[in-house]
Amino acid sequence: MSTTTQLGVAAVASTTTPAVASTLPLPLIDMQGLSVRFGNRDILCGLTASLRGNSIGLLGPNGAGKSTLINTLLGFYKSSAGSARVFGYDVGTQIAKIRGLVGYMPENDAFISKMSAVSFVQMMGELSGLPAEMALERAHEALFYVGLAEARYRPLGTYSLGMKQLAKLAQAIVHGPKLLILDEPTNGLDPSARQRMIRMIRDIRDGKEMRIVLCSHLLRDVEDTCDEVLILKQGRIAHYSNLDEERRANKRFLELETYGANGDFTEAIEKLGCECAVTANRMKMILADGVETRDIFRLAAERQVRIRRMNFRRDTLEDIFLKAMES
Amino acid sequence: MAVYRRNYKPYTGALTPAWSRWLILFRYSRRDLFRSKFLTALFVACFFYPVMCLLMIYLAHSASFLQEVGLPRGIISIDNRFFFHFMSTQGVFAFLLTAFTGPGLISPDLANGALPLYFCRPFSRAEYVLGKSSVLAILLSQITWVPGLILFVMQASLAGASWTWSNLWIAGSLFVSSVIWIAILSLLAMALSAWVKWRIVAGALLLGVMFFGAGFGQAINAVMRTESGNFFNLAYLMGTVWNALFQVDVEHAIPVVQAWVALLVYCTICLGLLMRKVRAYEVIR
Repeated sequence: MSTTTQLGVAAVASTTTPAVASTLPLPLIDMQGLSVRFGNRDILCGLTASLRGNSIGLLGPNGAGKSTLINTLLGFYKSSAGSARVFGYDVGTQIAKIRGLVGYMPENDAFISKMSAVSFVQMMGELSGLPAEMALERAHEALFYVGLAEARYRPLGTYSLGMKQLAKLAQAIVHGPKLLILDEPTNGLDPSARQRMIRMIRDIRDGKEMRIVLCSHLLRDVEDTCDEVLILKQGRIAHYSNLDEERRANKRFLELETYGANGDFTEAIEKLGCECAVTANRMKMILADGVETRDIFRLAAERQVRIRRMNFRRDTLEDIFLKAMES
Repeated sequence: MAVYRRNYKPYTGALTPAWSRWLILFRYSRRDLFRSKFLTALFVACFFYPVMCLLMIYLAHSASFLQEVGLPRGIISIDNRFFFHFMSTQGVFAFLLTAFTGPGLISPDLANGALPLYFCRPFSRAEYVLGKSSVLAILLSQITWVPGLILFVMQASLAGASWTWSNLWIAGSLFVSSVIWIAILSLLAMALSAWVKWRIVAGALLLGVMFFGAGFGQAINAVMRTESGNFFNLAYLMGTVWNALFQVDVEHAIPVVQAWVALLVYCTICLGLLMRKVRAYEVIR
């Protein structure tokens, strides 16, 4: 026997949003010199970028402006200069349309303690425009989806931190938004709860029905769930890249585990122009231009060296992040 | 083995009209209110006086009963004073009901940080305030102008057309005086709860504004030998306006127009405080 729980995506997408109907040429988020100023402090300074990825990570140290950027895109803060568009809609003038397409999971505790989870998620669904019966049905489905099925009739005030995070996720997806904005979704979660949350975000991403903007200062979370990353530093864009492309561009760093290698093998590799470092039976090398892995295999075969393992050492997000911070 | 497969599919159903979303907040908030047994009891108690008035109107027109108990006809007069007393009594009940219900409308949302969840949806701050204040407005209407008009209709049906036509203005006064009182109480309760974010403190503060405001006003009057202290006394201001609306001859320390303006200023201040606090996130400059 199989049970299927289906959670839909908001109607607004198919009927009332011409900009979304032709999303492909449009960037998800388009910023042109976006600046936000609180009093005398510049929080965001002239951000210009077109974000097109399915799953975009917003990274940066504390106070870099990540949450401010999200809050500006949701219309909570007014921009002091420049403009921003989400799905082609202007943040300054068409914010209601944007909000109809977005699901938002805030960083801090955000719930109504006396309400049961199912009532809370239903109310949020209704406020997004779903009829009451449909909102109730989808509230149950969303809570099943995030794994709160058993606890859905309990008051939210009695939930643990991890459960509250899941309830926040449920309210963000109940109306099936086109864009899911997650602000520090793994904050305060223990390792297993964090794994569950990351798995769920990946599942949503792989479903291709929603695009995701994930804001975090935890590199691992972003690396696990995002295909593009925007790194902010002191309110400015420090780096914007496609993580896959970035990793592909760094395939020159090799790690080898060998058996029977001697100084001769290392010398032969160095003669190809590669830099080598040897520790016991492990070698690390940077391949010279024009040198391929088959050249390494050839040299090993000629010297009867067995290669037990060969890894490309990819640039981790941490490397990318640190480079961006140093630049 | 059961297989739980969960995936997303587009929702193609119709959305509810945007203008009606504030009613959702009204529905949920009202449901929450009546979970309290004390509040339900207080709400029921608010109908004792209207029922008594209803009986008085009936008895005033029941000549046989008056004759039986030996009371002269006309001892109970149903006129503007009768409705003014009705309004004054129900006004007190409205204040008590507001003190217990008003602070609980917004403060839990603020204390639990729920406002970003409301405003990240196609739902504005004005709709939020409208939705929350409508709970109080409808609750207080049920104990003020609605029973007031029922009493008026009852009296009109018993007294005849000539009484009705000559006293039709009383119906208007009942409605207007109730609406002003409801607006002030709702805005004040919500503004205070938005600022202190703690339900009990907000309730206490509401009582404080009414009673200490009156005391403070009296102190100013006594120390400075002026009548300007009455501007701090909300009940006095309201009483002045009600006296004028019901054409009850009482001398006032401050002119009616100034009382109207003062009440309007109070409403504007409360609305300003409310709109300043009811935001997804507070900007610290």
